[in-house]
Amino acid sequence: MILVIPIIVLLLGGCSCWLSASKRFVVCRWIALVAMLAGLVVFSSLAMTYRGGVNGTAWLIDYRVNWIPAIGISFHIALDGLSLILQLLTYFLGTLAVLCSWTEIRQRTGFYFFNLLATIAGISGVFIAMDLFLFYFFWELMLVPMYFLIAIWGDSNRRYASYKFFIFTQAGGLLMLLAILALYFIHGQQTGAYSFGYFDLLQTTIQPSAARWIMSGFLVAFLVKLPMVPLHNWLPDAHSEAPTAGSLILAGLLLKTGAYGILRFVLTLFPEQAAAIASWAMLMGVIGIIYGALLAFAQTDIKRLIAYTSVSHMGFVLLGIFSFREIALQGVVMQMLAHGISTGALFLLAGMLKERLHTREINKMGGLWTLMPAMGGAAMLFTMASLGLPMLGNFIAEFLVLLGTFQVNSTLTTIASIGLVLAAVYSLRMMQSVFLGPLAISGTYRDLSLREWVIIAVLSCSIVVLGLYPQPVMDLVKAALNNIIHHSSGGI
Amino acid sequence: MMPVHANTVLIVAAVLFLLGLVGVLTRKNILFMLLSIEIMLNAAGLAFVAAGSKWQQPDGQVMFLFILAMAAAEVSVALALVLQIYHQYKTLDVDALKELRDK
Amino acid sequence: MQQYLFLIPVLPLAGFLLLALAGKTMSKRAIAFTGTGSVCVAALIAILLCTDYLSGNSGNAVYIQSLWQWFQTAELAVGLTLRVDALSLVFIFIITFVGALIHVFASAYMRADRDYARFFACMNLFVASMLVLVMADNLVLLYLGWEGVGMCSYLLIGFWYETAANCRAANKAFIITRIGDTALIIGIFLLFRELGSLQIPAILDQAPQRFSSGSGAITTIALLLLAGGMGKSAQVPLQTWLPDAMAGPTPVSALIHAATMVTAGVYLIARMHTIFLLSPLAMTVTAAIGSITLIVAGCSAMVQTDIKRILAYSTISQIGYMFLALGVGAWSAAIFHFFTHAFFKALLFLAAGVVIEYLHHEQDIFRMGGLKKQLPLVYYCFLAGAGSLAAVPLISAGFYSKDAILWYAYSAAGGNAIFWIAGLVGAFITAFYSARLVVVVFWGDRKTPVGSPPGRTMTIPLVILAFLSITAGFIEWPHNLLNVHLFSEWLGTVLPATSLRGGHPPEFILQIVAVVITLSGICTGYYLYFRNTAVLAQWKSSRFPAAAREFFFSGWKFDALYNHLVVRPFLFLTGINKRDVFDRLSDGIVTFSKQFNRSLSFSQNGSLRWYVAGVLIGILFIITIQLIL
Repeated sequence: MILVIPIIVLLLGGCSCWLSASKRFVVCRWIALVAMLAGLVVFSSLAMTYRGGVNGTAWLIDYRVNWIPAIGISFHIALDGLSLILQLLTYFLGTLAVLCSWTEIRQRTGFYFFNLLATIAGISGVFIAMDLFLFYFFWELMLVPMYFLIAIWGDSNRRYASYKFFIFTQAGGLLMLLAILALYFIHGQQTGAYSFGYFDLLQTTIQPSAARWIMSGFLVAFLVKLPMVPLHNWLPDAHSEAPTAGSLILAGLLLKTGAYGILRFVLTLFPEQAAAIASWAMLMGVIGIIYGALLAFAQTDIKRLIAYTSVSHMGFVLLGIFSFREIALQGVVMQMLAHGISTGALFLLAGMLKERLHTREINKMGGLWTLMPAMGGAAMLFTMASLGLPMLGNFIAEFLVLLGTFQVNSTLTTIASIGLVLAAVYSLRMMQSVFLGPLAISGTYRDLSLREWVIIAVLSCSIVVLGLYPQPVMDLVKAALNNIIHHSSGGI
Repeated sequence: MMPVHANTVLIVAAVLFLLGLVGVLTRKNILFMLLSIEIMLNAAGLAFVAAGSKWQQPDGQVMFLFILAMAAAEVSVALALVLQIYHQYKTLDVDALKELRDK
Repeated sequence: MQQYLFLIPVLPLAGFLLLALAGKTMSKRAIAFTGTGSVCVAALIAILLCTDYLSGNSGNAVYIQSLWQWFQTAELAVGLTLRVDALSLVFIFIITFVGALIHVFASAYMRADRDYARFFACMNLFVASMLVLVMADNLVLLYLGWEGVGMCSYLLIGFWYETAANCRAANKAFIITRIGDTALIIGIFLLFRELGSLQIPAILDQAPQRFSSGSGAITTIALLLLAGGMGKSAQVPLQTWLPDAMAGPTPVSALIHAATMVTAGVYLIARMHTIFLLSPLAMTVTAAIGSITLIVAGCSAMVQTDIKRILAYSTISQIGYMFLALGVGAWSAAIFHFFTHAFFKALLFLAAGVVIEYLHHEQDIFRMGGLKKQLPLVYYCFLAGAGSLAAVPLISAGFYSKDAILWYAYSAAGGNAIFWIAGLVGAFITAFYSARLVVVVFWGDRKTPVGSPPGRTMTIPLVILAFLSITAGFIEWPHNLLNVHLFSEWLGTVLPATSLRGGHPPEFILQIVAVVITLSGICTGYYLYFRNTAVLAQWKSSRFPAAAREFFFSGWKFDALYNHLVVRPFLFLTGINKRDVFDRLSDGIVTFSKQFNRSLSFSQNGSLRWYVAGVLIGILFIITIQLIL
């Protein structure tokens, strides 16, 4: 039951934001902040409680009530270490998203916070839904408000970006719906009991030819979200046009739902088929790493540049997932966290720059360190994080992914390692053209305000802690990952 | 009175229907188009009655009653629309009323 | 002592944190105190550690301190564990001691700079990272330090970031070393796959059992580690970043790009010596790269005119000597050369910094001159350093270390005449440009107006380093002169003794040849640049020497080569695909549906009669179909 409360709080909070904004819009951002913090507190306390894990099972909490029993739909949510860690990330970044929209959003504030909270509620639900119908419900719940966030509060090209985002993800989502229904009917015909329950469907045995198609349905939805090259091109547009909080949530959380989906559903429901395509998927991951890095280097729009680095970084996730190694999967989870934090932070910084300079074009920037040393220092830290400097979280992630993958496919891993060099190339280029070099602008611009400073400090601390003491995270997800490997090992 | 053969009546109905159709297609005034539609409806009603008498079933007359009721309802709505259109556009020429076309 | 191990890297790290977070609010005095103090205390602890090591059980003393479990999963466990043995101690001593001297020097040298706090923050972070590198007990932690020093090097080369060229140099340094680093990390992956461990002692233990000598796997690993070392230590073909790295402040060049960071590759190879010993091919490659580098860089050093670039090329060349020694299996000779080189090269850089500052940021040596009278103390210090670099027999530290390398290049098991000749050519070149440096910079007439002479904070480190540049060699004598081998005995607990091959001539013949070569190099330099400069002028005007000079001056055209081979194709490749070819695909779908929409919307013209006709045609169509079927 405790799992439902944060989601309900978010939805109620969102509605009351919308309602209260007509009277006083200052109230609604406080409501939003409190709703997010409530979720953060709930899941932090859960993380403290379950940091040692529960003996014998990967599942920490299981909550289930019937919803539409006639067609086998239940309100079934469950929490394991993986979900818990992602929930923490969700509410953490959600809180920061509220904070960074504090003054940025000046029109339709109430509706904005409603959408923000609804998206977070959807994401939060995706990470714990154990009924595929419910999962699909949450999947759509996070999509539609996100569309509004981009379409209403986005930048100049927002309509194009929001449509593109919506159509790409919705097309993937519909394929997933088809796949869910196919799975539902096959399971029903086999056992006579029609159910959307994840644990029921795990028992299904599907003919290989059918399974391949059904898996593709799931996979396409998740790979669009992840994103995998060549299904990635909604991402640069959506990221660059979205408001700062939108970019933060897109990069930090929405992409992770794709990775989570593959881990939770594709690997366990279709182990043989997943194993069959593993080397292709890894290849696509490597292509993503290199391709994203090359594209990132060429961009001159700072948010597009960061968006392409996401493509590159998520390639590591794809590569790691399909190696089916515990080390690599640990790396994948670390990458989800570290990328969420570091890229989220870079988007925040880009947003702050845009707020000050009213441009995203890096050719119009340069030498900003002189004016804003604190922001420059923060940018340096997160740039270093994104190029995988040890001491910071991303290194652990990439190191573990590559280390685990190397045992499976050393050639691909070696090619993927080139991504590390390319990461340095594009990161340093970004750093140089924005913060270093001769000062390119005139006028006075203020450095970080207190609110921004707090946001950045919190993110910096998290990325450093993840880099130097990642063990608690790894302990927490260990059982969940082993469970996934156990389910998928039938395929190997 | 000589019983009229069902076929004859159907031919009359078809002629009426075609008259109505041609009216709809050729007339430019909405009012006349409505009249033509009414003719078509009545043609359909006539066909029902004829068919009912041929097979000695009451259904034909029942359907005619339905058509009557529907025609009445339709005319009342349509006339209201026509009035509004005339109010707004000061014309009843359908060729001038192309607000629904796709640009 | 063991429980205080962590203090050595943690103190500079604390200094970094303090300066990075509160540097803005601190006075320059406080900044200098924090920045310098943290390293000085670390140096003090390091010296205590050394004495403890010496006085304690002189056997296999290894200090280990486990701080915390870094990460652990499945079959992998990596701890933040510090491990110090004799080899690490040598490096720790140099890093902290020379580091402390350079910090003291810099506290005066950089005083006028606006970003005083940022400078010391980066320097402290560098010292901390470098210490982690040499104290790491596993390869992941080593890699942490390895990348950490790379980042600090990047930050400090680009310290004066307002000049775009400095930033470019910083980027170049980072990216080129990153290429090596990536090779290193692939080597680490390979080691883990083969051995299932990343602990350095475990790897060194298991490698001989797991691999047969010269097997493909171990050679690959060794070559990958070597590539990592080559990137960091600026060895051919990854050397091009170091001359450009001189864009940083001079103390940075002294600490990072001469004394410590660039020798990380030497440390890595010495640390993983078991792996290299298992692969004769990798050893030969190491020695070959070292010999090629020492000549390539030496030739470039001969013709440079920028004092810092001369020293930079000379650093590359001296590290080439270390690689040569490593490659022939002369482990302790390589480390010994690192030891002496750290003193005299740091000294040369610092003295050069004084000269540059004194002449109002003039770096061209031909616009210097006549400084012997103005800066006598600096002159004598510089002379000691240059003498040591040139390896003046018996009275300089450089002689003892270079002599050992030359001897082993010929007579060690992996050595041969080619390596020895390469070393001799290098020795001649080194002596030549050392003499040129001294003669051109300090002798002759004054050519540039001078500023104020350096204060005591700057001269004291110079004097200490000069003293060490002369005396540091006395702890290790050639076998045939004195039986003093303190240094190799010290390292004997970690590194294997060098095995000699049979059939080499007596040591003193080789020594005499080397001495003659060195002295003739010095004399040539003296002759060409002081006694008879007309010869040089004549050479400059004739075609071939001028072309050769140009070729050497540009660093053997490596930059142009990479520009054509890598940079331009990369820019081209990214440039043509800036707008993402896959975007065109999805835009194509959009364009197609728009066209389709346009053609369909033609039928929706809003004419009621058109629609009715449509309905009629539809009905007729359906009826026809019905009738036909």
